[in-house]
Amino acid sequence: MPMLQEIDYGTPAVHADAMVTLTIDGRAVTVPEGTSIMRAAMEAGIKVPKLCATDSLNSYGSCRLCLIEVEGRNGTPASCTTPVAPGLKVHTISDNLRRLRRGVMELYISDHPLDCLTCSANGNCELQDTAGEVGLREVRYGYEGENHLQAPTDSSNPYFDFDASKCIVCSRCVRACEEVQGTFALTIQGRGFDSKVAAGMDEPFLTSECVSCGACVQACPTATLMEKSVVELGQPEHSVVTTCAYCGVGCNFKAEMRGDQVIRMVPWKDGKANHGHSCVKGRFAWGYAQHKDRILKPMIRDKVTDPWQEVSWDTAIARVASEFKRIQAKAGKDSIGVITSSRCTAEEAYLVQKLARTAMGNNNTDTCARVCHSPTGYGLGQTFGTSAGTQDFDSIEHTDVMIVIGANPTDGHPVFASRMKRRLRQGARLIVIDPRRIDLVRTPHVQADYHLPLRPGTNVAVLTSLAHVIVTENLVDDAFVQSRCDTEAFADWAAFVSEPRHSPEALEPTTGVPAPLLRSAARLFATGGNGAIYYGLGVTEHSQGSTAVMAIANLAMATGNIGRPGVGVNPLRGQNNVQGSCDVGSFPHELPGYRHVSDPGVRAIYENEWGVTLDPEPGLRIPNMLDAAVEGSFLGLYVQGEDIAQSDPDTRHVTAGLLAMECVVVHDLFLNETANYAHVFLPGATFLEKDGTFINAERRINRVRKVMAPRAGLGDWEVTQAIANAMGYPMHYDHPSQIMDEIARTTPTFAGVSYARLEQGAVQWPCNEAAPDGTPIMHLDHFVRGKGNFVVTEYVPTDEKVGPRFPLLLTTGRILSQYNVGAQTRRTANVVWHQEDVLEIHPHDAEERGVKDGDWIRLRSRAGETTLRAVVTDRVAAGIVYTTFHHPLTQANVVTTEYSDWATNCPEYKVTAVQVSPSNGPSEWQVSYNAMAVKSRRIDAAGSSRIDAAGSSRIDTAVAGD
Amino acid sequence: MTRVFVPRDAAALAVGADAVAAALAGHAEIVRTGSRGLFWLEPMIEVETPAGRIAYGPVAAADVPGLLADGLLDATAQHLRLGVPGQIPFLARQTRVTFARCGIVDPLSLDDCRAHGGFQGLDRARALGPAGTVAEVLASGLRGRGGAGFPTGIKWKTAAEAAGARKYIVCNADEGDSGTFADRMLMEGDPFALIEGMAIAAFAIGASKGYVYTRSEYPHAIATFDQALAIARAAGVLGPGFDIEQRTGAGAYVCGEETSLLESLEGRRGQVRAKPPLPAHKGLFGMPTVVNNLVTLATVPAILRDGAAGYQALGMGRSRGTMPIQLAGNIRFGGLFEAGFGVTLGELVNDIGGGTRSGRPARAVQVGGPLGAYFPPSHFDTPFDYEAFAARDGLIGHGGVVVFDDTVDMARMARFAMEFCAAESCGKCTPCRIGSVRGTETVDKILHGQDVDKNLTLLRDLCHTMKFGSLCALGGFIPYPVLSAMNFFPEDFQRTPALAAE
Repeated sequence: MPMLQEIDYGTPAVHADAMVTLTIDGRAVTVPEGTSIMRAAMEAGIKVPKLCATDSLNSYGSCRLCLIEVEGRNGTPASCTTPVAPGLKVHTISDNLRRLRRGVMELYISDHPLDCLTCSANGNCELQDTAGEVGLREVRYGYEGENHLQAPTDSSNPYFDFDASKCIVCSRCVRACEEVQGTFALTIQGRGFDSKVAAGMDEPFLTSECVSCGACVQACPTATLMEKSVVELGQPEHSVVTTCAYCGVGCNFKAEMRGDQVIRMVPWKDGKANHGHSCVKGRFAWGYAQHKDRILKPMIRDKVTDPWQEVSWDTAIARVASEFKRIQAKAGKDSIGVITSSRCTAEEAYLVQKLARTAMGNNNTDTCARVCHSPTGYGLGQTFGTSAGTQDFDSIEHTDVMIVIGANPTDGHPVFASRMKRRLRQGARLIVIDPRRIDLVRTPHVQADYHLPLRPGTNVAVLTSLAHVIVTENLVDDAFVQSRCDTEAFADWAAFVSEPRHSPEALEPTTGVPAPLLRSAARLFATGGNGAIYYGLGVTEHSQGSTAVMAIANLAMATGNIGRPGVGVNPLRGQNNVQGSCDVGSFPHELPGYRHVSDPGVRAIYENEWGVTLDPEPGLRIPNMLDAAVEGSFLGLYVQGEDIAQSDPDTRHVTAGLLAMECVVVHDLFLNETANYAHVFLPGATFLEKDGTFINAERRINRVRKVMAPRAGLGDWEVTQAIANAMGYPMHYDHPSQIMDEIARTTPTFAGVSYARLEQGAVQWPCNEAAPDGTPIMHLDHFVRGKGNFVVTEYVPTDEKVGPRFPLLLTTGRILSQYNVGAQTRRTANVVWHQEDVLEIHPHDAEERGVKDGDWIRLRSRAGETTLRAVVTDRVAAGIVYTTFHHPLTQANVVTTEYSDWATNCPEYKVTAVQVSPSNGPSEWQVSYNAMAVKSRRIDAAGSSRIDAAGSSRIDTAVAGD
Repeated sequence: MTRVFVPRDAAALAVGADAVAAALAGHAEIVRTGSRGLFWLEPMIEVETPAGRIAYGPVAAADVPGLLADGLLDATAQHLRLGVPGQIPFLARQTRVTFARCGIVDPLSLDDCRAHGGFQGLDRARALGPAGTVAEVLASGLRGRGGAGFPTGIKWKTAAEAAGARKYIVCNADEGDSGTFADRMLMEGDPFALIEGMAIAAFAIGASKGYVYTRSEYPHAIATFDQALAIARAAGVLGPGFDIEQRTGAGAYVCGEETSLLESLEGRRGQVRAKPPLPAHKGLFGMPTVVNNLVTLATVPAILRDGAAGYQALGMGRSRGTMPIQLAGNIRFGGLFEAGFGVTLGELVNDIGGGTRSGRPARAVQVGGPLGAYFPPSHFDTPFDYEAFAARDGLIGHGGVVVFDDTVDMARMARFAMEFCAAESCGKCTPCRIGSVRGTETVDKILHGQDVDKNLTLLRDLCHTMKFGSLCALGGFIPYPVLSAMNFFPEDFQRTPALAAE
């Protein structure tokens, strides 16, 4: 495999209907109107020398190397800033141009170190290449003049260096930070020869506003901004395109390799979700794959209090099979089950659910979507007929008004957030509905038109009152409703939302949202052009999660915002493959393609394919499995790539369930918290170590490509296959592509999908005969279910209520640098940004409790208590506290309760009544849990015992800072 | 009480005009005016008599008691008496169109302005309609007085036809050229001319807002213009339909370049934008914008009031109308001289300007600010005309004329040009950012007699790179003073190490 060379066209592609033909160096070129001459030349295969231009950024015209001559025009304009015009005769080569370019390059090199051979960019330096292209032979100014050769290097960022002595002040980094990322952390400071790139107010990168997205590093044409990994390891020699394994955006990366060593991950320009952009996680936080905590050998033990014994794969697989069979023999076939992973590939999730339905003979399969987007599946299924978002990400380019509700894209979906911010800078309007002042409310050059700071748990009330305004003020898109929707359902719904009790004024005491603000926001959404709704777990993780999703769908239909670019209902999915794991049948009630197990026709397809008889009754959901375990009827569990002990609500209940089981099999990269209760540990493979697909939030089926052999010897799909075979159900796949073929064969929405098709580009399902190139935007002419269905959304307050004992509402979320339970990001340098979870508390609430910024506090709910540090901030309203759940030590989910969505059991993470009080140190639970965890992680390897170092020291570290 | 007119122009204030006014207080009704532009006569005061105004100057405060005793107030005092101002040769030879009211009216009296023909141009524009107004400006042959000389009517037409949710008029009052003061004089002496000109421009292109970008070094102009804006607003001349806001620069020469001016107005670094897009298509805040020099805008009212034909009849070749030429540097009669295009450089320096102030022979004249070429006396036959100057690798720029006598070292002037460029470069484009520093260093090597021939060749190459490679006129025109110094005064560059050591 060679290095993948991407063509840099110099300036962005222009989309225009009118085409222009001109002649460049005698060659006729036809390009869209508005295209730069530089790009037109590149499309004709003529590379004009350049340094400040790159096609991810608007043209800038500063380096003056791309000068050209145009017949009949004076001077030597820059080709990057000069648009094409019909009939132009352009020359990119002449004696004068050659002289000018050498003259400019001579100036550049007069202020540049001459250490090419020892430079980290050697072999991949645009300055070096361009000096070669223009034929510079001499620098007559000498090197004694004023220069920047002694400018210092800023090494503060853990992932890249900034060597100012090599900077040519092309501003590509500054422009990337502005145009691509939208953070505006970088600037050019000073003017003239003193111009220099500065982060923030000339601070180290680490402490500046820089979010380490890497856009500047990627844009840099020299070694000025360079990955530390390249500085250390040298330039890569081949590259493989794959897909990031963090969030649901699904960014494509080039894994740039030297042998089987990853040198760096570079976002792929042709990535359809990210278009060459990245965030700090995907770009840099892949080092966990080599972390010393990786478990690389299978392990077993009889009791969870025993130390682990390393064994061969055969022994471990045999133990799993024999234990599961023993349990089923004893307690019935329904006494075991599986949890598929949204972090693994779609093929692997498919295989795990197939394992349950075939080898285990039951439907006891569930997935982590249970705790995140299961209400999306349900709600959008009820209203539109498909359990997925309606748009592609590119749709945002046509959006005029966006509602962001219960999502924090700049932290959770940073690459897409950058596109949102760009669209907002172009003039789109923004309505944020969130209890907390998320970054999007006010960030450089972006300000929400309306921020509705609702009380946690009142989404449905707010959404219904938005609908109330739209209906009662006659802002409904009648034409759309009449032609596309079930008009009877609409009439019922319209009557319902019009009731005075749903007016913003009537609901203001409940929601806390000022009625005039809500009315204005509703009017803007209904009248502001293309309206798109983006939402996240702040919508779904509630007792009325499914209701809220349906309320969102109602709103989109009532305003006619479905079925074209720029509109739609867009769930921002949390995990790389949570869409995919749901698509391929991970839920206990659905076979692949969201088809209910009770449907005999669907069952027949799989019974035929798999050669088994399928149970027509839905199996157990995760909470049911745990309940059944506590009751003693559910005794064996195979958990692939999910840490339910940390991520699922009411940790005490989860651990009680796990403790009650006889065989817990954890298949993971690390000894996670769930592994503390496991009897068999099967070492997993990272996304770098296997082939497959991840399906992102826009239903895009992205290829994951193996760049190195599985470190533990087997890809996860191979392990599942081995378990099936050992349990007596034969599986014989040679490659994950065969699994995808099986999915395509049996699932209508995937009928056109194959690895061969995906090689031509990642498609969005449905991809079949009707849509061979996939479906970027759904429900174009009609809804999948036929007519759009309005559902009445009665607001039912959660049972979780504040009172004298628990007067504050806790809501939880994520932070940019960490990912979910942090199993991966905590094992990278990302910890420099977020070493621990903290509790955000409003100054008034802090004052009342005598809590100061940085104090150690105790957070208590009726479910449990934990301790962490306080950050006093007015980002949260009075009465509301907020934390993240990235660190196992904090165990935020010890505090969350068992309440869940009425339709899907999605837990109510986002609303917990709590009390906060000053504290001296960890809670009793934390101390005892930690002691247990340390004990549980002992490994007896070849007679010697090794204790997981990270685990043993955690409590000490946390308390030491007090 | 007799009215005495005392200038409040900064040039007059600098030589004691306030003290003169104080000395006159109580003896006469004092009217503060702008300057007539005869700077060697400042403070030049004028006494109102039944026969018209009689000028005295230069008047010091100490002169006032004696003058009063001798009959200043009925203009019989003979000491410092200059007579009827319009008959002073320096004024008599001028054709005052743009500066017709300057030095005559109270700059903050709307009534005075109207009494002298103010706002009739705006009335006529309204009668003509927007398209008619643009046509009139086009017919007048008016070109941009900032230096580029682009036809104003075409610029307006472009902006008028461009689609945009809002449009803007931006006045470039960032007057940074050496030896120039026309913008300042007008803001201090006749601010309503600018307000009227901008209102006409706004009407013509459909702009709702105007900005005046004034250099920070002009505190008096800023104060006067702000007061004028308030008066115009109170009188309903400005209002919701069209209003003007003055913004003060932060001391960057390059912000006189129209695109960096726009960047600065938007609150960003004063950094040049690549064109296209032209500001007339995508200017301030991305909207169609006319950026005009202050003199251009202030000339428009007279053109509209009196008709394009009269203005077009003045001048020569493609340079129509008048140019306020500013005589400065080593010159005997320094000041503002507004005349139709065509007057020669020699007439300006030796005749009108009276030769050098030092009395030594003039050796070089730099016309058009720091980016203008140095012309030797052999070029004094060049008429003041855009094309004539361009034909000799020079430029008239904003009309600044700076005179040097025979003691000038032209190699040092070449160095100064590069040094100026290095100090004022925005830093965006490479030729200007690095070239200006290397240029300074290379001239230094020449001054030190180091490899003179090789370095002269290098300096010429650098000038070529900067001239054709730079993004804007700053780096692109700096070669003019450098190359003209090298071409016309080669002897100043033939340094030897021994000479350098002296």
